[in-house]
Amino acid sequence: MADMRERPLSPHLQIYRPQITSVLSIGHRATGIVLSLGAALLVLWLTAAAAGPDWFDIAQRCAGSWPGYALLFVFSVCLVYHLLNGVRHLFWDAGLGFELETVSRTGWAVVAGTVLLTAAIWLLGLAVAEGP
Amino acid sequence: MTVERRGLGSSRTGTSHWWRQRLTAIALAPLTVFLVGLLPVLAAATHEEFVEIMRIPVTPVALVLLLAAGLYHMKLGLQVVIEDYVHGEPVKVGLRIALTLATCLLAAAGIVSVVMLAA
Repeated sequence: MADMRERPLSPHLQIYRPQITSVLSIGHRATGIVLSLGAALLVLWLTAAAAGPDWFDIAQRCAGSWPGYALLFVFSVCLVYHLLNGVRHLFWDAGLGFELETVSRTGWAVVAGTVLLTAAIWLLGLAVAEGP
Repeated sequence: MTVERRGLGSSRTGTSHWWRQRLTAIALAPLTVFLVGLLPVLAAATHEEFVEIMRIPVTPVALVLLLAAGLYHMKLGLQVVIEDYVHGEPVKVGLRIALTLATCLLAAAGIVSVVMLAA
């Protein structure tokens, strides 16, 4: 790599002002990485259930603890965001929505949708979990 | 460090990787909605209730599909993350092997558990 030293480099990432497009782009990757951990824990939970009531109780108590709920909340935000932004990506793959104004508008829609849907999921979810 | 030039372009399987990432994404959209609906029901369940819900055929079918599509989607995504940020060839190959094996382990454990619970 010695011959690379004097070559011009493109401006480093910190030079740029954060924009809705770039922040959401790296956010898609970041939430994807977080969801990988969520997938592993989902499998662990299913494995605990298959292992029998004793293991399942331990898993349920972990999930129902404060840190468990905090982690579930983070996973839910990441899941909703990754899903909504993923749909945005699929539209781009179909060649739609590339105008700068549209890209920015759909980006903010994803942010708003994530907040609203996550809130709705938790309100409904807690109501279901607590029962009638 | 020298990187051997293989003359095969950036990747030999780029198109198929890209396509499978999208295909699994499309499959995961409805499956994710199912999971989000199922989780609050299962979260408060006792083991007995959990098994009861797992014995309704739609639950294990959707969960197996979710695990298969989701873990494959995860593997494809994390592979790109490794390729983007890890530059040493031995470490990169090692991580990619570990990723593939870990994905297979998660898929096997998850699917076998679902089948056991549903059986």
